[in-house]
Amino acid sequence: MDDLLREFLTESGEHLDTVDAELVRFEQDPNNQTILRNIFRLVHTIKGTCGFLGLPRLEALAHAAETLMGRFRDGLPATSESVTLILSTLDRLKAILADLEATGSEPAGSDDDLISELERMASAEPEAAPAPPPEIVLPEPVSRELKPGEVSLDDLEAAFLAAPGPSEADFAAPVSAPVEAPKAEAPKPAAPKAVAPKAEPAEADSVKAEPAGDTEAVVATETTAAGSKIQTIRVNVDTLEHLMTMVSELVLTRNQLLEIARRHEDSSYKVPLQRLSHVTAELQEGVMKTRMQPIGSAWQKLPRVVRDLSAELGKQIDLVMVGAETELDRQVLEVIKDPLTHMVRNSADHGLESTAGRIAVGKPARGTIRLAAYHEGGTITIEIADDGKGLDLAAIRKKAVERGLASQSDVERMTDAQVAKFIFDAGFSTAAAVTSVSGRGVGMDVVKTNIETIGGIIDIATTAGRGTTFTIKIPLTLAIVAALIVRAGEHRFALPQVAVLELVRVDAGAQRVERINGSPVLRLRERLLPIVSLTGLLGQSDGQGAETEQAGFVVVAQVGRERFGILVDEVFHTEEIVVKPMSAKLRHIPMFAGNTILGDGAVVLIVDPNGVARQVAQGIQGSNSHADADAESEAAEMGDAKTTLLVFKGGQGSFKAVPLSLVTRLEEIECDKVEWLGGRPLIQYRGRLMPLVPADSAITIRSEGTQALVVFSDGERAMGLVVDEIVDIVEERLDIEIAADRSDLIGSAVLRGRATDIINIAHFLPLAYDDWARGPKKAEQASTLLLVDDSAFFRDMLSPVLKAAGYQVITAASAEAALTILQSDARVEVVVTDLEMPGRSGFDLVAAMRGAEPRLAGLPVIGLTGTVGTDVVERARSLAISDLVAKFDRSGLIAALAEISATNVSQAA
Amino acid sequence: MQAANANGAETGPTDEYVTVYVADTLFGLAIERVHDVFVPSGVTPVPLAPSEIVGLLNLRGRVVTAVCLRRRLGLPDAVAQDDKASPKMAIGLEQTGETFALVVDGVGEVLRLGADSREAVPINLDPRWRNLATCVHRLDGRLLVILDVDALLGFSAAGAKAA
Repeated sequence: MDDLLREFLTESGEHLDTVDAELVRFEQDPNNQTILRNIFRLVHTIKGTCGFLGLPRLEALAHAAETLMGRFRDGLPATSESVTLILSTLDRLKAILADLEATGSEPAGSDDDLISELERMASAEPEAAPAPPPEIVLPEPVSRELKPGEVSLDDLEAAFLAAPGPSEADFAAPVSAPVEAPKAEAPKPAAPKAVAPKAEPAEADSVKAEPAGDTEAVVATETTAAGSKIQTIRVNVDTLEHLMTMVSELVLTRNQLLEIARRHEDSSYKVPLQRLSHVTAELQEGVMKTRMQPIGSAWQKLPRVVRDLSAELGKQIDLVMVGAETELDRQVLEVIKDPLTHMVRNSADHGLESTAGRIAVGKPARGTIRLAAYHEGGTITIEIADDGKGLDLAAIRKKAVERGLASQSDVERMTDAQVAKFIFDAGFSTAAAVTSVSGRGVGMDVVKTNIETIGGIIDIATTAGRGTTFTIKIPLTLAIVAALIVRAGEHRFALPQVAVLELVRVDAGAQRVERINGSPVLRLRERLLPIVSLTGLLGQSDGQGAETEQAGFVVVAQVGRERFGILVDEVFHTEEIVVKPMSAKLRHIPMFAGNTILGDGAVVLIVDPNGVARQVAQGIQGSNSHADADAESEAAEMGDAKTTLLVFKGGQGSFKAVPLSLVTRLEEIECDKVEWLGGRPLIQYRGRLMPLVPADSAITIRSEGTQALVVFSDGERAMGLVVDEIVDIVEERLDIEIAADRSDLIGSAVLRGRATDIINIAHFLPLAYDDWARGPKKAEQASTLLLVDDSAFFRDMLSPVLKAAGYQVITAASAEAALTILQSDARVEVVVTDLEMPGRSGFDLVAAMRGAEPRLAGLPVIGLTGTVGTDVVERARSLAISDLVAKFDRSGLIAALAEISATNVSQAA
Repeated sequence: MQAANANGAETGPTDEYVTVYVADTLFGLAIERVHDVFVPSGVTPVPLAPSEIVGLLNLRGRVVTAVCLRRRLGLPDAVAQDDKASPKMAIGLEQTGETFALVVDGVGEVLRLGADSREAVPINLDPRWRNLATCVHRLDGRLLVILDVDALLGFSAAGAKAA
């Protein structure tokens, strides 16, 4: 029974989708009996099967819908109202089916609303229009004919239910039953036809006559349908997937064999190998074909969507679909289904003008949305075009500036095509009014993301007053892609060809990589192209970063609006690679889309251009050389509880570390530059004197050679921490294991398997400047500040900094503790809280404060956050959080605090 | 501890173990979990990966994730540092449909051991080791630590939970 039910679910789902589309067609073309018959047959099949499987709710609904449709067949005009009713019935059917699929049983509930409505429409209308004349003119049998017509379906149903046999064969039998029934009925309509000419209007006659004749055709369709059923079988998708994997393996093995054959000049292998190669290629193609589905199956829902929208929006819309038979991989199809629907909705809502608006500008009243799909090279192109008003580029430019996505001058310099792409940014909507359909600014970014996850690209072309065309290019299949094989550092990587625009050779000469504040860029045809080095990105920098950038290749890639160059050391060739998924243990690395085995048997990683693009956009490129490590640019990286630490040797060969974000820069100085003033070592640094402090009492400043320094700065002041040797930059989750009782250390942690002391920079700053700890802003009265953070490390790190800035600091480890302190201690004037804490988050804390007594409700709050997403900003604003500061942005925090005390002062004044 | 009990219950009076050694310690892996013993070659390192993962390698057309037993046990890379490029031996293990290669210093013989020599994991062992070991066997002159394959390969999930 289970199998049967599953079969029924898949089949009914498909049937309902077809009925959806067909009904919309039927509404537009009410005289088309073929469509009607098709609908009737499908609904009847569903009804029959439901009865057979004992699903009374579905059966009753389907029955009522069928009755009404039966009336259409008998000549009742299909009004928009009745079609809408049937469509909503279908929706209910789908909902029940979905429940059935999820729970295995029919959900409880009543459909009386729909059923009574359907019955009313099925029974009420005949009296209104075509029925009365026959009643007047024709003798009894005819008037009876109408009602028995309905009843006979019930009889049929009974017969259906009575039909024995749980087996498939018997299952097929009932399908033909309904066909016979109308046939049996047929003589009856024929009777009135004979009498009719007397009084009945001619068109009613012809309509009535048709069903009689057509029943034969139905039988024919049924049999052909039954015939073709034998030639197709349902295969579990997993089976196909497995087959695909096996073929992929075969392709790999073949590639390896070919590689071996190339090396050995043994001709006896050649012929069978060629044959194998040929067969493999054909097999691969064949298996790929089994995964192919016409894109039309993703479009099936669209006519219905457009119809509903056109009713909802009061616009007249034609949906034209071209190339529905274009086939593509089902995996790809799944991914694009929703984006396509969304885009069609968008076109209908935003793209097309209102009917009145169209007439006003002299366009045909009916708007057209055109969907087209076709093959182009190894990709499929899908176009969604409307003949509406086009994108309002001026509004987009304005909005982009408002949202801070680009500066005014940037926006003015951008081409229209570039500007149009802003609509793919999250939360971007220029719609004046938010409708229930769209305009909320969610969606296009999701569309873009979806398409990009399958290696597709999306483009817009828009002409004011003429319409907008979206072009989506997606790969035919995800399993095999063309990729560029490159070398970065010691290893090879594969870069999917779809993202690659061109290759540029760079060297020390004319085409060279230049640097702006350490960030590499390349001049390419009078434009600056941001560059990332693949080795740097993958954290493989070997200290020769600068050197490798002298010569190599820049792979110019485009992902969405982002265009960037990926610096690699060498480019080999293009190869069709079989994409293998990453191991579950490695899937979290955003940089890789998968891996593959090359012809020579080596495993290479496939670089995900989307992952790279995200890193580029965030400006988090792992620095190529240690000396360039810029503290501020790393700040954004602190999101997921990982901390980037600078590890150095300080005193007796022990390892010490300091959060990289606190470090301003790393220096190597000539030892003879060190000067001594009043017994303290100093160097001239950037036109100022910078005091030097040894990181450990065991360190002595060298007298010759070079000396490594870690420079910390705060505003105008800078301090050089003298260390023995800079070892490494590591990014790790920081668990401080032993809290040291030394003031120069925060504690120890295991970094890369080595016990490492984490130094407390607050200990060293006063050693360099006596007044550092007391703070430059000493004049102000010391405000009391509550610091809330669940991590002891952050509390220990931030408290000295805040104290140094002239605040009294109270700390709390959780939202609960913070609330207790806030309620008991009236001195607290400012709250600095981590927003992401286990249990009650910082947001909860602030929400609780805002709801509490006025003193707490009005307290200024600064939120510390690892990631500044729009949702976070939104939430922060709603809770009146004064400022959001990245977790390691010390100066940002101080500045935000200064701002708050400034406003406090001005308010007081 | 639970794992130890479960393993003890499901295995009969004598069990066969593939012995491997890392540093000076002898480890045992239940033979039914071991699919292959091979010499790993052409390991492709995966940048940004957890440190336990040495890289990916091609084992007869399958991409296999190589896990370093040394790093997994928290042992210093002392000797392995030089050998990283070409580890000596690897054991092919399977977990949830994925194949892993456990890189070890060397592979010894297959031992058939009874319950008489079996001991619980000493409680003073490093917690990291304690989580990975199911029991210890007393052999002539040395000890054999039996490793729990699932725990051995379960590091990513554990890491994700902690994060």
